[in-house]
Amino acid sequence: MDRFRMIFQYFQSNSESVMNGICGLLALASVKMYTCFDFSCPCLPWYNMAYGLGIMFVPPIALFLCGLILNRQSLVMLEEWRRPQGRRKKDLAVIRYMCSSIMQRAMVAPVVWIIVTLLDGKCLICAFSCSVDPEKFVGFANTSPVQVQQLLAKVPCKDDELMRNNTSRKAVSRYLRCWSQALGWSILLILIIAAFLARWLRPCFNQATLLQARHWSNYIDIEQKIFDETCCEHSRLFAHKCILHFFESMRQEIKLHSFSLPREGEGAEGEEDLLQGITDQEQVNKLLKMWYYEKPPLDVSQVTQR
Amino acid sequence: MDKFRMIFQFLQSNQESFMNGICGIMALASAQMYSAFDFNCPCLPRYNLAYGLGILLVPPFILFLLGFVLNNNISMLAEEWRRPQGQRGKDQAVLRYMFCSMAQRAMIAPAVWVSVTLLDGKCITCAFCTLVPVETLGNTSHPGLSQGEMKRVLARIPCKEIYNGQELIANEVAVRYLRCISQALGWCFVLLMTTLAFLVRSLRPCFTQAAFLKSRYWSHYIDIERKLFDETCAEHARSFAKVCIQQFFEGMSTDLAAARCHPPKKAPADAVEAAEKLLGITDQGTMNMALKSWHRCKPPLHLHPPALASGNGWAGEGQTPAHPPVPRRETAAYYSRV
Repeated sequence: MDRFRMIFQYFQSNSESVMNGICGLLALASVKMYTCFDFSCPCLPWYNMAYGLGIMFVPPIALFLCGLILNRQSLVMLEEWRRPQGRRKKDLAVIRYMCSSIMQRAMVAPVVWIIVTLLDGKCLICAFSCSVDPEKFVGFANTSPVQVQQLLAKVPCKDDELMRNNTSRKAVSRYLRCWSQALGWSILLILIIAAFLARWLRPCFNQATLLQARHWSNYIDIEQKIFDETCCEHSRLFAHKCILHFFESMRQEIKLHSFSLPREGEGAEGEEDLLQGITDQEQVNKLLKMWYYEKPPLDVSQVTQR
Repeated sequence: MDKFRMIFQFLQSNQESFMNGICGIMALASAQMYSAFDFNCPCLPRYNLAYGLGILLVPPFILFLLGFVLNNNISMLAEEWRRPQGQRGKDQAVLRYMFCSMAQRAMIAPAVWVSVTLLDGKCITCAFCTLVPVETLGNTSHPGLSQGEMKRVLARIPCKEIYNGQELIANEVAVRYLRCISQALGWCFVLLMTTLAFLVRSLRPCFTQAAFLKSRYWSHYIDIERKLFDETCAEHARSFAKVCIQQFFEGMSTDLAAARCHPPKKAPADAVEAAEKLLGITDQGTMNMALKSWHRCKPPLHLHPPALASGNGWAGEGQTPAHPPVPRRETAAYYSRV
């Protein structure tokens, strides 16, 4: 029992750290994915906006779902939410607490992706190059509307033959990047202030309820783990008994069919116990064949009642 | 048994992490394989599609099968599926659970390959370059080419060095267009896979939790039972071998005592234990004979019950064994020759 206690204390203290670790790894993975990703804007009028906004918003959704999948507590919370009431009441405050902690952790990687995207600027330049007011830029001021759309769409592509040495392209690009980075830094600042306020002001509201909710959510988590461990232990013991019973029944059968009396009692070595009366090649072969063709029934009640 | 218990608990609690680890390693291996692979588009009209789609779809299939092969539990699943019913009923739900969990793990590396391929863009560019909409992207004022000629020109888009259709449609424009489509498909595929995984994981507690707990328990049980049976058989084999060899040496020492005409010297009391361990073989010649006899004529796989308890051979027990000891006779014959 001591060993179990040690193991479960370890689990309890480290459940939060494990989840925080996964959260951090996912955030790092999202930055790495962004740097590895080869962003290539199509530089075509309608495609630009679809591509740019797609790259900004679709990966965060995938990262959010990944964050939910990889978090073990989300399963625990769902099970607690959907279980039949039975003899144990359900406390919605606990479920809400678990839900909010899971959501907070899952939101980290998508937010990191969006902020990195905005600070880098390529997505916004690609998405909104066609929406810029051409009158503000010398190179685009005096061209027909259709042509100006085509030209603006090519702004994100530095190597395009039309745009190679165009100074207005650089101006539009800088303008959009400035907006993108301003947006990125603002979002980062707002989020950090919100997180700071939430942590600082939390003890002022409902501290007692919070402590209760946290305790019971930990309890549900640990109870689930202990149940799984107990089931494993039980199935090991069940299997052990089943196999011993099988060997015993083989020994009985051998006693019935062979004429040599087995030696009982005095001086029985440990080896004889381990051999279980099976001392012949044919007997071993028969045992193995019986194990395959006729596995014993899943019923060890006779063994335990003896 | 304590040692076994600890080992089995360790294996059980870490079986899942072990399989997840293999799964992650295969995913990384598939990404690494893709980056190491030297993609060479043939730049010919029909070959492009075959090559591109082949690289997109064949390696994932291989990785999927490899995922099954590397999974230890596949043999367990096959055994449980094919065993005769006997006294124990078969539960289809358990088989389905085992198969599903293995298939889910095996799907990860192929999904990584397909995502990396689509996000990189070379495969789709190669496969679909002949389908680029020239009317919208290219020069409409270009003199018309025949269908076949245009397809040949477009097929060379991925190979920049030999591309000769710059007046028809600029190479960069076409490549950017195709890569944009490819990356959009890639991200949609990633989103689809994560949504499916999320649904599979989260709908289970809502609908089939009781059945799931049952299937999980019994699939773990089958795994543990198989391992315990193997361990028990190994223990049994060890004891069997020990007794068999002991009986061989006892047979040798009995024959030696019978062949010599003088009774063996009485050893002093404190050296009795050492003498017992020597099993009556006390000189080089005898040891050599024992080794040769072991090599030429191993004893039968049949242990004699009365001889298991005492070291005194057959004296006074009165039970003749069912099978006469063959090596003993041969050894005696050997001695008589000497």
